[in-house]
Amino acid sequence: MRRSRVLVHVLLALGALGMVAPFIWQFLTSLKTLHHATQVPPTLAPDWRWQNYAQIFDLIPFGQQFLNTVLMTGARAIGQVLFCSMAAYAFARLRFPGRTFIFGIFLSVLMVPPQLFIIPQYEIIARLGWLNSLPALIVPGLFSAFGTFLLRQFFLGLPVELDEAARLDGANPLRIWWSIMLPLARPGLVALGILTTIWSWNDFFWPLVVNNDPEKMTLSAGLASLQGQFMTDYPVLMAGSLLASLPVIAVFVVMQRQFVQGIAFTGTKG
Amino acid sequence: MSVSSQEAGAAVKAAAPARTSKSKGRRAEAAWGYALVAPTGIGLLVFYLWPVLQTAYLSFTKTGPFGGAAEWIGLENYREMFSDPEVGTALLNTVEYTVLGLVGVPIAVVFAALLSRPGLRGVAIYRTFFFLPVVTTPVAVAMIWKWLYNGDFGIINYLLSLVGIEGPHWIADPATALYAMVVVGIWMGLGYNLVIFIAGIQSIPKHYYEAASLDGAGPIAQFFRITVPLLSPTIFFISVISVIGSLQLFDLVYVLMGGSSQSSRANPAFPSTETIVYLFYAKAFQTNDKGYGAAIAMLLLVIIVVLTAVQFRLQKKWVTYA
Repeated sequence: MRRSRVLVHVLLALGALGMVAPFIWQFLTSLKTLHHATQVPPTLAPDWRWQNYAQIFDLIPFGQQFLNTVLMTGARAIGQVLFCSMAAYAFARLRFPGRTFIFGIFLSVLMVPPQLFIIPQYEIIARLGWLNSLPALIVPGLFSAFGTFLLRQFFLGLPVELDEAARLDGANPLRIWWSIMLPLARPGLVALGILTTIWSWNDFFWPLVVNNDPEKMTLSAGLASLQGQFMTDYPVLMAGSLLASLPVIAVFVVMQRQFVQGIAFTGTKG
Repeated sequence: MSVSSQEAGAAVKAAAPARTSKSKGRRAEAAWGYALVAPTGIGLLVFYLWPVLQTAYLSFTKTGPFGGAAEWIGLENYREMFSDPEVGTALLNTVEYTVLGLVGVPIAVVFAALLSRPGLRGVAIYRTFFFLPVVTTPVAVAMIWKWLYNGDFGIINYLLSLVGIEGPHWIADPATALYAMVVVGIWMGLGYNLVIFIAGIQSIPKHYYEAASLDGAGPIAQFFRITVPLLSPTIFFISVISVIGSLQLFDLVYVLMGGSSQSSRANPAFPSTETIVYLFYAKAFQTNDKGYGAAIAMLLLVIIVVLTAVQFRLQKKWVTYA
């Protein structure tokens, strides 16, 4: 029994090492001079060259791109939590003709790969004159069939007594949604918020396509453009990629429990 | 008798206005329902549902190089697509990547089973480590691996040289580039699958394991006889998700192969890694041939539908629903 427990830990530790080692190497490289980074045999010790991080800000408008990414991510997360929870509440609790049909249409959006939306979405954005702007990054991401589905499942799991009582007291559905359902559904809203945050932050295809002005890019696209031009300066690339992924890693570490629950929820209920 | 019928009549009279107010309430409820669904409903209609139809229409048209009205050309894009060797190669690469990527599923099951051992310490720490790549920006992940895979200065080839192996130029070598990408893809997705499998294993009743160990079944026998069969619906779900995701591979190709499409095509390994979605991107947004891009997107939809249907067919053979 004890031997098998040790074996389990050895296997898990090897797996965990395989997961973390690339990040450690990224960090060590990000603090080396180009000369040291490309030395054979490689050395472990960094040169503590923090200038590599400063250099990112000279090569691309990193601060601006960071801000763009924050605004895109924040707006999408707030928008989705708000709009999806409204629709989800209606689907879970209100009776109206065509409810099943409309919900079925929502679900059908989930089945379609995003490549089938992207060209016309691009054309809509272009026609509105929104290319290379913040709305281009945000607006299509405000609406989510997935989020509606997730929260509907969540609302269905909540007891009906509270909102029934409020309805008997004459509260209208908007009020019930806002002051009863939202507080009750907090874990679900947080899960959707975190999932949307992480997916939006890491979104690449759409921002790459709509905004090609470096001042309007998100970090993913900015980072990718960096490697096109300065393909060989790996320490700087490692510094940039670390900086770009750090915020969302921080969100994950802080809110890990809710995040993992959200993922598990999509897997078991989806 | 007459009194009671009078009473009944009064009761009916009293009920009548109640019924209309009830139907009024129902109408109000319906109005609220539509109003609350409207923001997401209209957004999905404009940005998702209508675009699907639009893409289908576009796939029968050709747009001039400077935009303007699309011209109807019937099946021309599809004819071109089926005779285009680049489409064939991209399709094969994508399918190969997708099939090999499924190796990640059993790996995740094994780690999930290890992490679900009763009384194990440090589960949260392990889980955090496995999850890091999931939350890291794919572009950043691709860059890290590009550096690890570097043929001249990469740490992987250095470690291999310590045991006397001369490593290839992984992502610049047509013989290895696709496999190198599969490894990164599995590495990135492992934590996500792991979390879902752990949730699945937790829902397996404990007494199955207790009964099995009373019967003298060891941990490995328990894994194959209890965990895997009872987890098979989740394994099926993850396999479907994994196939759909792999078929849409783009970020890794874009970054590992060198960023902009000019520098990508300079990489000798590019033809062996180009995927269907990369081709979609190149046609729709770089050569600006939206009609042809739309046809490729339609092809992708068909492939996804067919492969998912095949998986649902096959599941009857191996998935057990308790």
